[in-house]
Amino acid sequence: MASLDIQARSATTTPSPGVRDYPDVAKLIDISKCIGCKACQVACMEWNDLRDVVGENTGSYQNPPDLDAKSWTLMRFYEVEPEPNRLEWLIRKDGCMHCADPGCLAACPSPGAIVKYSNGIVDFNQEHCIGCGYCITGCPFDIPRISQTDHKAYKCSLCSDRVAVGLEPACVKTCPTGAITFGSKPDMIDYAVDRVRDLQGRGFKNAALYDPPGVGGTHVMYVLQHADRPELYGLPQDPTISPLVELWKGVAKPVAIGVMAAVGLTALFHYITRGPNAVSKEIEEDEERKAKEEQQV
Amino acid sequence: MKRDPRDLVRYTAGERINHWIVGISFILLGVSGLALFHPAFFPFTMLFGGPTWTRILHPFLGVLMAVFFVFMFFRFLKNNLMRRIDWQWIGRIGEMVDGSDETMPAQGKYNGGQKLLFWLLALCMLLLIPSGILLWQVYFDFSVEARRWAAVIHSAAAVVMICLIFVHVYAAIWVKGTIRSMWYGTVTRAWARQHHRNWYEEVTKS
Amino acid sequence: MTNHWVDIKNADVIIIMGGNAAEAHPCGFKWVTEAKQHRGATLIVVDPRFNRSAAVADVYAPIRSGSDIAFLGGVINYMLSNDKIHHEYVRNFTNAAYLVRPDFGFEDGLFTGYNADTRKYDRDTWDYQLGEDGYVQIDDSMQHPRCVLQLIKRHYSRYTPEVVSKVCGTPQEDFLKVADLIASTSTPDRVMTIMYALGWTQHTTGSQNIRSMAMIQLLLGNIGRVGGGVNALRGHSNVQGITDMNLVTNVLPGYMKLASDDEQDFQAYLDARSPKPLRPNQISYWQNFPNFWVSLSKAFYGDAANQYNNFRYDWFPKLDQPYDVLHMFERMYQGQMNGFISQGFNPLAAVPCVQKVREGLSKLKYLVVIDPLATETSEFWADMGDYNEASPSEIQTEVFRLPSTCFAEETGSYTNSGRVLQWHWKAADPPGEAKPDTDIIAGIFYTLRRLYEDEGGTFPEPVVNLSWEYGHPMEPAPEDLAKEFSGRALADVADAGDPPVILAKAGEQLSGFGQLRADGSTACGNWLYCGAWSEGGNLMARRDTSDPSGLGFYPDWGYAWPANRRVLYNRANCDMQGRPWDPTRATIHWNGSKWVGNDVPDIKATAAPAEDVGPFIMHPDGVGHLFALKSMAEGPLPEHYEPFETPLPANPMHPDNPLALNNPATRIFAYDREQLGTADKFPYVATTYRLTEHYHYWTKNVLANSILQPSQFVELGQELAAEKGIKDGDQVKVMSNRGYIRAVAVVTKRLKQLDVDGRKVHTVGIPIHWGFIGVAQKGFLANRLTPFVGDANAQTPEFKAFLVNVEKIVPTAQA
Repeated sequence: MASLDIQARSATTTPSPGVRDYPDVAKLIDISKCIGCKACQVACMEWNDLRDVVGENTGSYQNPPDLDAKSWTLMRFYEVEPEPNRLEWLIRKDGCMHCADPGCLAACPSPGAIVKYSNGIVDFNQEHCIGCGYCITGCPFDIPRISQTDHKAYKCSLCSDRVAVGLEPACVKTCPTGAITFGSKPDMIDYAVDRVRDLQGRGFKNAALYDPPGVGGTHVMYVLQHADRPELYGLPQDPTISPLVELWKGVAKPVAIGVMAAVGLTALFHYITRGPNAVSKEIEEDEERKAKEEQQV
Repeated sequence: MKRDPRDLVRYTAGERINHWIVGISFILLGVSGLALFHPAFFPFTMLFGGPTWTRILHPFLGVLMAVFFVFMFFRFLKNNLMRRIDWQWIGRIGEMVDGSDETMPAQGKYNGGQKLLFWLLALCMLLLIPSGILLWQVYFDFSVEARRWAAVIHSAAAVVMICLIFVHVYAAIWVKGTIRSMWYGTVTRAWARQHHRNWYEEVTKS
Repeated sequence: MTNHWVDIKNADVIIIMGGNAAEAHPCGFKWVTEAKQHRGATLIVVDPRFNRSAAVADVYAPIRSGSDIAFLGGVINYMLSNDKIHHEYVRNFTNAAYLVRPDFGFEDGLFTGYNADTRKYDRDTWDYQLGEDGYVQIDDSMQHPRCVLQLIKRHYSRYTPEVVSKVCGTPQEDFLKVADLIASTSTPDRVMTIMYALGWTQHTTGSQNIRSMAMIQLLLGNIGRVGGGVNALRGHSNVQGITDMNLVTNVLPGYMKLASDDEQDFQAYLDARSPKPLRPNQISYWQNFPNFWVSLSKAFYGDAANQYNNFRYDWFPKLDQPYDVLHMFERMYQGQMNGFISQGFNPLAAVPCVQKVREGLSKLKYLVVIDPLATETSEFWADMGDYNEASPSEIQTEVFRLPSTCFAEETGSYTNSGRVLQWHWKAADPPGEAKPDTDIIAGIFYTLRRLYEDEGGTFPEPVVNLSWEYGHPMEPAPEDLAKEFSGRALADVADAGDPPVILAKAGEQLSGFGQLRADGSTACGNWLYCGAWSEGGNLMARRDTSDPSGLGFYPDWGYAWPANRRVLYNRANCDMQGRPWDPTRATIHWNGSKWVGNDVPDIKATAAPAEDVGPFIMHPDGVGHLFALKSMAEGPLPEHYEPFETPLPANPMHPDNPLALNNPATRIFAYDREQLGTADKFPYVATTYRLTEHYHYWTKNVLANSILQPSQFVELGQELAAEKGIKDGDQVKVMSNRGYIRAVAVVTKRLKQLDVDGRKVHTVGIPIHWGFIGVAQKGFLANRLTPFVGDANAQTPEFKAFLVNVEKIVPTAQA
């Protein structure tokens, strides 16, 4: 991505270069079309040259068992019964949601380690990452992972390198059923409207788009059959950046500086208005007198 | 070495070394902590060999400070127990700030303000140590929510502590003849008589 | 497939049964999602497991593994009882109106002519009533008690929803929902497609499973239709190709049946395979068998084959007994085989009962494995602890591993499930000493021929005279081989007109099997593929993405056999006047003088509708066979039989006839019958299957796939797991009467306890992909558990229904 296309930059209080207009992109994951084949996981591995360890089955189809520094996307499997005796096997492709208001970026202390491009992609620049893990606390979706080898944070980049040259992300390219689509965010929302209508026609009355406003909307969106109950898919109902993180990375910063500066300045002005607190002449002379007396004795 | 044989010993060498280990590690922690707290201070990371080294060193410095703070705490604990007179002193702190402390109630080794500072610093450390451990994700794996709380508590406690240390340092500068007690351990009798009359009485009686 | 992959998008109802398309065919499954999204199609999944296909289905019905015929018989009964059939189609395009011999019958689970000693049927009575003109007698009203429709009605009247539920364990309301959806496509404006795979074939009743659905599709009028058909999903990108080339022991390329030992007379052999029409005006296309066969022989033997030596009929093998894979390994196990060449085949993992296969391989003098990878078979002798309990010191078999190329390391053609031949180009050099299979075979051939030439031997002629006219004889080019299977003219080929028109000059590539001749003037390696490489070039390499009809035919993409036809039996997509049943989804139509349209007509182009030429031109009667005549081993109508290992004491359809417990025509060897387990010791129904993350036993050699599914597991329903005290992630041992495996338990709601004939039946799911070679965690070959018995017709082994027991492995403290 050209440097001009940055909209927000971690630990940076001044505007980043960003005069060019760039349409918001979005990846739409239609869970009702996903067959859980994990081709997206392989495409992600291949494009990004990642190979996680060959682990062990832990009693689930979900492998590797969790996201990590070498697994940026993961199919999560949920066996649920939204109504009694109506089993559904919901399979959700998990990964970075690319929030419009990214908590990771807000939490990051290292200038430029996390950037939000003007097309909406939130990307980690590992060469600027200091490995503090604050991005993890900032994320309402529990996505970033710190590598145990280099102690840098990693997550889905939405293939910013591919998107920059006009390609779709690798997972989108590989998805055999078209469950993952990619385009401008308005186009994806339009497309989702069609999909939602189809699902509602099939009896999923609460089908809807998952584009949570609490984080300003996301650039990875889901079509959910049961959008009224995102927790069935392991998604938060109304994700926001944690108020603790907002406090810590928001008002706390200027207030803290103000308080510290105030204390320092108070001291300074105290000194120049009141002068030093020296030992009084009287006591000093008295002590000197005592000293002489003692010497004489 | 006493400049004047009549000078009074206020701090032993051991106490001074302990104080300065805590002091230096506090300064390094404060600077590195601020660097990671606010972008304005991020350039401080260069003092530590770069941002990543800052992230690596800060918690180890924290361990150093914590250990020596605990030593110091127990060394000075007895002299810092709050008495009624200390509260009286604190009640009249305005006079002290005005610079006219000769009319203030006579004080022992530490005045009420110093004692209060001691306890507030201890409280800050009590918050900073566990919250720091929660945030030390290279070695510890706590829940994200716990780390969020820890981040808020750690930074709040740190800011309070920095302010307290400002007061501490300023007081030492303001009250002339004080700093030498942490350099070479002694104060003049006049200094002691003026600022800590009871302590003066106590140590000169013998 | 009668249709093709893209065509699935044109369906209104899609049923996946006996397969798991989402997991085993994820790329082709895109057409299911297309149909759902753009046609509003309904997807039905009927399977013992709520699998990843079911995850995106509109309707799911559980079924006990091995009871598909009962389910489908119930559907047939439902359709007939509720008059949900396509009457005009059924009357004209199937043998519903045809009269069956009066002495044909079905009683107590057996059709007429059964011999319990040989386990074979005398199939004489399974035939039509012929009139004096030699044609079948029919009753257009379909009311005659001996007409096929009435026979079917009677036969399937027993399969009521109650009975289906009792046999299959499918809740009645689920069955009725599915039956109703299927039946909804009996109208001309609605079409259903069926996608099946090994979940139907790998049963002792495998062929009849498929036939049951073929009957349903005929009754609904869905065959020959866009968006319809009976569609087998092939497991490998070229398994359709290997089938068409017929690398099996009883058929020649292009599905030409091999002669048996008692067919020594050439003309009689040809006549027996060139049936005369059974109804007026029918094409009975197999009458061209001599053209195909002679052309094949010319491709084999060139000038050495001519009309004076019966085109070397004598050099072709004649079957004295079956040589199917089960029979082969039985013979190996009996010590009757010296050597075995295993090319692209991992029998230790792919043939049932590892123990028997390993013992058989141990008795060989030599084993040649031609494969890109080390396989379990090539390492069958290795001591791998209880993953492979072999003792190398006692095995004398000499094993040769000849490394071959992977698909991207060679050029050639693939034939996909939709019968489309697609050329592909080599992308990388093979590693090390690996060579294309053709080079390896050429090397073996040259060595063998030299030995025969130098030393003689028994019957050297077929080998020393084999035609081997390739540019580089030791490295036959794929292009040369493709031209050979496509066929060329050896002399000028003319039509039968007067004066005759030269269709192909000597030396030219032929443009279709219509040009094949029985006089030795043409050579063709596989008549079905004739024209794939014509004078117009390599049509398999075409990549034109234009789709003029919008129906996904892509006529200039690759080359579909036969004759670039995309939908088989497409005459049946029109009514009797030649008008499409559904004009929005038409393949061809009659324009007043000939058949034209979006596809290549599957009928003589000038055969006017009034001539009443049937759409099923390969059949002597021109119609689809609801009644299968003598073509099936176990009966002309599918009947439910229990798997050879069943949780039930008797066949609920025939509780009093032990002969009708299992498929009465299935062959089972004595040793293997002894190895069958019983429900008292092995109470749970097990079924093996594939996962989308892996391909057979290959991808455990691939790191990416192994990361996605690292280690062996079995799936257990919550009820069974609770009974056994097994939790998610526990180690369990699964045992059949033949062996055991150890695996991690995946406890799931997706395997329901079924209520079958008053019993609780649990299903244990066993994915197959692990073994003792590769980069995935080591595991057990799943066929350690499976019985050595196969389908009565195709001998495809039973991998889908057998009995096991399960126990939790309690971790013992390590010493």
